[in-house]
Amino acid sequence: VTQLALVIDLNVCVGCHACVTSCKQWNTSGAAGPLVDENPYGADPTGTFFNRVQTFEVGEFPHTQTVHFPKSCLHCEEPPCVPVCPTGASYKRKQDGIVLVDYDKCIGCKYCSWACPYGARELDEQRQVMTKCTLCVDRIYDQSLPPERRKPACVLACPPGARIFGDVHDPESEASRAIAERGGYPLMPEWGTSPSNHYLPRRRTEIAVHPEDLLRVDNPLQLDGAQPELPHGPGREDFAT
Amino acid sequence: MQPAFSVIFLTTLIGAGQGLFLALFVAELGGFGGVAGEARFLALGALVSVLLCGAGLVASFFHLGRPERAWRAAAMWRTSWLSREVIVLPLFMALAALWGGLHGLGLPGTRGAGALAVLAALGLFVCTAMIYASIRFIQEWASGFTLANYLLLGLASGATLASALAAFGAPPLLPALVPAALLFTLAGAASRAGSLLRNARIKPRSTVQTAIGIKHPRIVQRAQGFLGGSFNTREFFHGRRPALLRQLKWWFLLLAFALPAVLLALAWGQGAAAAAWLAAAFGVQYLGLLLERWFFFAQARHPQNLYYQEVA
Repeated sequence: VTQLALVIDLNVCVGCHACVTSCKQWNTSGAAGPLVDENPYGADPTGTFFNRVQTFEVGEFPHTQTVHFPKSCLHCEEPPCVPVCPTGASYKRKQDGIVLVDYDKCIGCKYCSWACPYGARELDEQRQVMTKCTLCVDRIYDQSLPPERRKPACVLACPPGARIFGDVHDPESEASRAIAERGGYPLMPEWGTSPSNHYLPRRRTEIAVHPEDLLRVDNPLQLDGAQPELPHGPGREDFAT
Repeated sequence: MQPAFSVIFLTTLIGAGQGLFLALFVAELGGFGGVAGEARFLALGALVSVLLCGAGLVASFFHLGRPERAWRAAAMWRTSWLSREVIVLPLFMALAALWGGLHGLGLPGTRGAGALAVLAALGLFVCTAMIYASIRFIQEWASGFTLANYLLLGLASGATLASALAAFGAPPLLPALVPAALLFTLAGAASRAGSLLRNARIKPRSTVQTAIGIKHPRIVQRAQGFLGGSFNTREFFHGRRPALLRQLKWWFLLLAFALPAVLLALAWGQGAAAAAWLAAAFGVQYLGLLLERWFFFAQARHPQNLYYQEVA
């Protein structure tokens, strides 16, 4: 069965918050109703967001890494938020595994938000119903969009392409391949929630500088009088990567 | 967690209501209620129990963002303890009202109705406790102590209330009810102390390392993604100083257990003359249980707080 999900590459995310704003823009404009902003220009603004980018510093100066960490609903395969819902407003779709809230059934008891270890759900203070990431369910199947645009707003907005959208149950999908090849991992595996969203770890970045890249044997500015040495066979520049 | 007063009143009021009914039904099983005056006392006691549960039910509506849709909450009883509680609470109220009504009208069948109400009362204790105990990653709640505490604290407050009522309306019950109230108060104290000791030694299974999946001993959050507050920073933090929590613990141990136990012990054997003592015991104990319940919520550390370290 299909399980749609996001694969987020922490090695690529630059922390620009474009996914946050595009998510808010798309989901506040949709048929499901606006995501409230309260006191937006005041001292203590608050509002409903489905997606946030947080920043963590790993390590001790000077050996630190700044990790930007986008956080939204993980569309767990075993979502603990669904069985606790007393009304059935929280449900996981059989056809594509998206965890959704029926805003017309939700009574705003907040029990599902207690039952989510990730803090992925936010009560909308205006509508008083629980809201969460829908994986842009209202656009990924939209036949009026060209196929390459049928993706969640955050995925389309991400400038460096840190977000991959796809079926993580299909081993041939780009998302599954990224998980398999780049060590994709779930969050808080200790609770057995089997999150569908995966994160790709940071990779060690090394600049491969070889001596012959710095000292070109045929450098015309080399004024030491030595005769240019003819290259013995091809140099590195002949294998430009 | 941010303690919600609606839920604090709900759980303490219905606990006392269930405990009161159970104490009165056991009195009936012991042979009480045969004459008209005794039956009237049982009927009035059932009325108090139903009123307490009704007050709790009203309080629970203040917890809902959409109270007009509350009827929907009975739908998912197969999977949700909250849904089960929503069904069993009115069921218990109806059965307790039936039991009291049969006594009030002098009709037969009180024991059958009462037995069904006992099952509903015990089931309601289980539902209420499991709402919290079933959330496995809130480790302060996910324990058998949660079930034991809800049961024993409800029985203790209910038996204390039954004693206070009996001092005014049925003094012959006092030699049985006062020791029972004392026993349940002490048992509740032992169980609650056990859960405090257990919770003091909890090692959180989730860490910031598992939360973001980076295995490094030193990870510091530099930004939580927004400057103002959000649902995540309001709902899951009590926002008080840790010192207040520590003080509150001693206050509720004093008010919910120690002081009522002293008052009950003083009232033991004094008969109806100790009515004021017993009424004070219930008042003090209920106040203590309000504090206990506030502490129960405030003490719970939700793993989502790992993502909001600047608040935590």
